[in-house]
Amino acid sequence: MSLYRIAPPPTPQQAAASEPLRRFLQVARSAGLRVSASEGIDAARAVDLIGFGDRTVLKDTLGLILAKTPDEKVVYDETFDLYFQRNELASQEESRQEQSTGEPSQTSTPPAGAASPTDFDETDADQGPSLSELLEKNDSVALATAMEVSARESSIQEIRYFTQKNRFVRQILERMGLRDVEREIIELRNGDHGEEGVARARMLDERLERLWDNTRDFVERALLLYARGEQEQFRERMLKQARLMNLDPRDLARMRVLVRQIAKRLATRYSRKRRRKQRGQLDVRRTMRRNMGWGGIPFLTIWKQKQIDKPRIMVLCDVSNSVAWVSEFLLMLIYALNEVLSDLRAFAYTGSLVEVSDILEKNTIDEAVKRIMSTVGFGSSNYGNAFADFEDGWMDAVTNKTTVIILGDARGNGNDPRTDIVSRMSQRAKRIVWLNPEFRSSWGTGDSDMYRYAPYCNLVRVCASLNDLERVITDLLEVDA
Amino acid sequence: MGIGSSPAILGEFKLADQNSTMQTPQPVALPTHIGSIEEVDAGLSAVGYIATRQISTAIYIAHHLQKPILVEGPAGVGKTELAKSVASWLDLPLIRMQCYEGLDESKALYEWKYGKQLLYTQILRDKVSALIGETDSLKTSLDKLHGFGDVFFSKNFLEPRPLLKALEQPKGAVLLIDEIDKSDQEFEAFLLEILSDYQVTIPEIGSIGAIVPPIVLLTSNSTRDLGDALKRRCLHLHIGFPDEKLEAKIIASRVPGIDARLLAQVVSFVQQLRTLDLKKLPSVSESIDWARVMVLMHTAALEDALVRDTLNVLLKFESDIEAAEKKVTELTRKAQQAIVRSV
Repeated sequence: MSLYRIAPPPTPQQAAASEPLRRFLQVARSAGLRVSASEGIDAARAVDLIGFGDRTVLKDTLGLILAKTPDEKVVYDETFDLYFQRNELASQEESRQEQSTGEPSQTSTPPAGAASPTDFDETDADQGPSLSELLEKNDSVALATAMEVSARESSIQEIRYFTQKNRFVRQILERMGLRDVEREIIELRNGDHGEEGVARARMLDERLERLWDNTRDFVERALLLYARGEQEQFRERMLKQARLMNLDPRDLARMRVLVRQIAKRLATRYSRKRRRKQRGQLDVRRTMRRNMGWGGIPFLTIWKQKQIDKPRIMVLCDVSNSVAWVSEFLLMLIYALNEVLSDLRAFAYTGSLVEVSDILEKNTIDEAVKRIMSTVGFGSSNYGNAFADFEDGWMDAVTNKTTVIILGDARGNGNDPRTDIVSRMSQRAKRIVWLNPEFRSSWGTGDSDMYRYAPYCNLVRVCASLNDLERVITDLLEVDA
Repeated sequence: MGIGSSPAILGEFKLADQNSTMQTPQPVALPTHIGSIEEVDAGLSAVGYIATRQISTAIYIAHHLQKPILVEGPAGVGKTELAKSVASWLDLPLIRMQCYEGLDESKALYEWKYGKQLLYTQILRDKVSALIGETDSLKTSLDKLHGFGDVFFSKNFLEPRPLLKALEQPKGAVLLIDEIDKSDQEFEAFLLEILSDYQVTIPEIGSIGAIVPPIVLLTSNSTRDLGDALKRRCLHLHIGFPDEKLEAKIIASRVPGIDARLLAQVVSFVQQLRTLDLKKLPSVSESIDWARVMVLMHTAALEDALVRDTLNVLLKFESDIEAAEKKVTELTRKAQQAIVRSV
């Protein structure tokens, strides 16, 4: 056999994820981090190595394993802090207590009058000290633990909406024994327990109030922890389906992120298909070269490959009022895809048409779109004029490999639509794709010339939402690949 | 089949066996053991690399989990330097593979020495015919030939490239896969085997495992997004620009003999420069260079004119220099007021 050591089968080191880590991983997943099973195992091994002792080291370590992009690092940091905050709260509270001496809570012997109600409590609290005992000792660690246990029993991880907050708070407190304490307080106030009883009632009342606050805090954090990822996903789904025209300006930032995500996905999917084997055609030159080592005897054969052209694209974007949003997103998407497209040229028009490729290449896309809009945007459109401009300046650049994408609602305000130019364009170009942000039902109504242009286009599509845009671009890449 | 099974041929030609250690396949224990994160910290600073806590943690975890580290961050923050420093600290060979578009396995992993194969077949031609000459049928001669095994596809005709070399190091190595984002996607997929199992597969020979798993560092400038499969197999370390204190420490360690006052001013100036809206922000490597320039010119403190003249050390774009020049006076004044810290 060979001289090499044959690699032994990889033996994964066994490491059982500890309970806190497992819960944290669940939290991280619901916050939107994609934690695979193998990463979970790595995290467990790492935690075995470094332990839970040092919080900062733990944070760094898990960060190395769980968060793999700058964005994810931010989410991770937040999630980690949020999740491990409560332990710190508990310990802080403890130290605060130790500092403030002389508080009535520090007295070790319970008042005599308290004996009977606590006995009563013990009947239904099956294990551990009752809530009133905990409150009395003011043992914040024990309280926090009890809260945690009750929260888990009330399946806090299923919290999804902020409307559920109060319900969970109540539920947790009740599981901790809220009713008994309330009953005790009433009993102390109404019964003849004297000064001592009233003081104790007040003390319990105050601490119960604080417990309420803490629990509310706890549930709020839980909501953030468990529900954030899901809410985001829900919003994103909604945004992708929403008509771009109706978009709320405050959602723009999020939309940009989504566009970038889509572009990344498409780019990685289509950047691979650059070469395709041509079956059965021997590449003689490269085969000879490859087999030089054997004196030219072809042990290894190499087949001819076909280089697949990147789609060549010209985009004509209407940037008039009516369709400006869609244009913006189309431009953003196309420019985010520039690594899988070639000879990308962009034009913007309303009344007249200008080339905007330069602006788009030199500026970041957000600035560029703003500049384009300010130079040519927001007028009333004249398709005939715009097409005439295109024919004068750039018709020669359209070749039989070019896909021309026209984005517009085809409403030329009653001007001559100049379908003759589109017809000449379609003779030269490989394909003409017309994207119309209007619904099909309103095509051809009023001043819409859509049906006059349609015969010259290879594809006419409604394109109103981000999902539509993605579908169109995917088609485009598929056809040309 | 290996060389050992055909003594008839090898007896005469005594092939140089450089890697005799390779023949003992016992798994070797890790020669270097890193005891704690502090040890990493101390070790790296001993070789002149001032690491943040995150960096030290990453090296420590990577060593114990035997996982590669993917280091991302802007150019010039010391990603490549980290690998070099780890290698010199642990006294391991550094094997570096620079990635570029079109890099393939024959350049990254191994290649057959075609010339040698050809030469040897020519030399051995007589020998082979003598050996199989006495047989009377084709079948027996073929059988005899089979007996010799794949002599020409064995270790001796293999030209190891960086990846294979890293696996072959008897004491382990630091493997630096530099600028992985520049390579093609196919190559990224090809790396997965070595990254997860520290082994490579050569069709003619089989799988080759590492003698000692190397410490693998991949660097990326994020010119493109790497695949999820690759990321999943790595620890992810992001090195950003250092804060003022750390940068002062780094420069002090890299430019020995720099005056404490000048150091504070240099750091303060660079830190301020990074807040400007520039195409390419000055990185740590640039601020080290700049500090060196200042020391070479025997500068005691930053001065307006001098800063203007040497701005091209820090900034690499004409437009950036123009933008910064307008602010030089203001920034220099602020830098001059920088508090001297003890490093």
